[in-house]
Amino acid sequence: MRILNRQPDSVTRLLLPMLPFVLILAAYGFASSARLAVNPDDKLLPNLASLADAVHRFAFMADRRTGDYLMLNDTLASLTRLLSGLAISTLIAGVFGIAIGMIPYLRSLLASVLAAISLIPPLAILPIIFIVAGLGEASKITLIVIGTAPFLLRDLAMRVQELPSEEIIKAQTLGGSTWQIALRVVVPQMLPRLLDAVRLSLGSAWLFLISAEAIAAESGLGYRIFLVRRYFAMDVILPYVAWITFLAFMLDYLLRVVQRSALPWFALGRGR
Amino acid sequence: MLKKLVTSVTILALIVGCVSAPAQAAPKKSFKLAWTIYVGWMPWPWAADHGIVKKWADKYGISIDVVQVNDYAESINQYTAGAFDALTITNMDTLAVPAVGGVDSTSIIVGDFSNGNDAVILKDKTKLADIKGLPINLVQYSVSQYLLDRALSTVKLTERDVRVINTSDSDMAAAYQTSDVKAVVTWNPIVQDLLKEPSAHKVFDSSQIPGEIMDLLIVNTATLKENPNFAKALVGIWYETMQAMSGDSEAAKSARTDMAKASGTDLAGFDDQLRTTKLFTTPAEAVTFTDSDALPKTMRLVRDFLFQHQLLGENAKSPDVVGVEFPNETVLGNPKNVKFRFDDTFMKQVRDSKL
Repeated sequence: MRILNRQPDSVTRLLLPMLPFVLILAAYGFASSARLAVNPDDKLLPNLASLADAVHRFAFMADRRTGDYLMLNDTLASLTRLLSGLAISTLIAGVFGIAIGMIPYLRSLLASVLAAISLIPPLAILPIIFIVAGLGEASKITLIVIGTAPFLLRDLAMRVQELPSEEIIKAQTLGGSTWQIALRVVVPQMLPRLLDAVRLSLGSAWLFLISAEAIAAESGLGYRIFLVRRYFAMDVILPYVAWITFLAFMLDYLLRVVQRSALPWFALGRGR
Repeated sequence: MLKKLVTSVTILALIVGCVSAPAQAAPKKSFKLAWTIYVGWMPWPWAADHGIVKKWADKYGISIDVVQVNDYAESINQYTAGAFDALTITNMDTLAVPAVGGVDSTSIIVGDFSNGNDAVILKDKTKLADIKGLPINLVQYSVSQYLLDRALSTVKLTERDVRVINTSDSDMAAAYQTSDVKAVVTWNPIVQDLLKEPSAHKVFDSSQIPGEIMDLLIVNTATLKENPNFAKALVGIWYETMQAMSGDSEAAKSARTDMAKASGTDLAGFDDQLRTTKLFTTPAEAVTFTDSDALPKTMRLVRDFLFQHQLLGENAKSPDVVGVEFPNETVLGNPKNVKFRFDDTFMKQVRDSKL
């Protein structure tokens, strides 16, 4: 039997995905104990106990100086920034993407300039963002918006153009105005596609969030990582990285659930 | 499937092997020194480019790689993880990172101390006491925060009276331009640049706490004990370079011009930074400073600062957890856990021409 036709049975299907994780953990534990045997205070690869201890200190104990739960504080600060940024990007993309996709005059006016803007590396214009948006929350959210909105917007405009022209013509023969066609034909079909695009841009949104927090901040997941990096506290950094990965995964999962339950016809059309 | 599994396990094992390779006991012949851009450390790349490093390394039958690391914090982490044998670093960071991380380090050269290179700058305000209640942008847990702590204590304030905002040093100049920024604590050459702004007023600098922010060359103590020749070569290189760059001769000016270029400024800018740096150009000066009573007092202030900020380890019960040893063999802190040593032996050998 060809390997491409072999299906793992149900038990294997459950266990196989865990194998790489177990291997990674085992490799980590092995390397960590090897280093700790040479230097018990080694900071590079702390053992699982000190990782757990760091999680305990940061997540479940109030900070001695400020009385805050640091990990909770950092998570709330970061999620607020990330979600505000993504919400603004999605809104911009929803409005302008559909307009540009539908109206040839707008497309002709804006498509090239948007293509150009989307190619500017946002981190390269940081000093400009500072001067325009200050050093506070606004500049961090701006960075996320600049990093994600052009991609969302261009993607959506292209998706609009992919709509079969028959649909648009049919709607017109039924007497629909541009406004009605936008609301009744285009928007409903674009919502799930926009959600898809948002899911794909989660990765870059996190990237820009962490970069923004590294530059000037008082709280946030990226802030904490860059702060404790100054004294090489890998016991704090590693759990934070795992936590960020988990949060990103959950956001992606939530968006998928929203898409499936609010727009079930789209998932059906995809065959799942 | 099985074959694939074997392959991936092998790859993993190889990765593990690389990460965990323990220190080798075989006699070491080649050594690596990491440096970052700072006025007091620019002599290292210059010495490497002008054959001084090779000359001294050859004399002791070893080879020394002088490696630039772009990011200071990263250079410390790399050294602590074991990627380098020697490192340019401040006294405070030596205690906070390698020493707390269990990497026993010895300072064999006290190169200089900051004598105005680090400064507290207020925007539109002229007195240090005006700092109360302001947000302050600085690189948290760096010497900047130590300087701020010392500055605040002179006007009977503490960190609770201000709001500290961690800001990357590479973005400090741009950050100053925004209206959110009211006060910054930073170091040269950023200080020089900021003070060109009419709104910027220097209200405190490191010349008011002379000798407390030192720039050292540290060597991994285990490496040093097994290879004293490495340290001899390093001090030889250092003081030959000091001699080459000091004074007003054309050769010295040309050396300083090279160093200025390598650090992104010109001769005038570099000489300006040297004016706010007390560079020990002779081993005699450096030995006197290292042996003085002021050094243990400074290290006490520094470790108390680190302890208050939980930088001696989150579980440290007292500032005594780590021991710091001085040339007269007295120890500050736990004598059973000495991880930071000031050693004047090699500087003395140069002073007494015994190399």
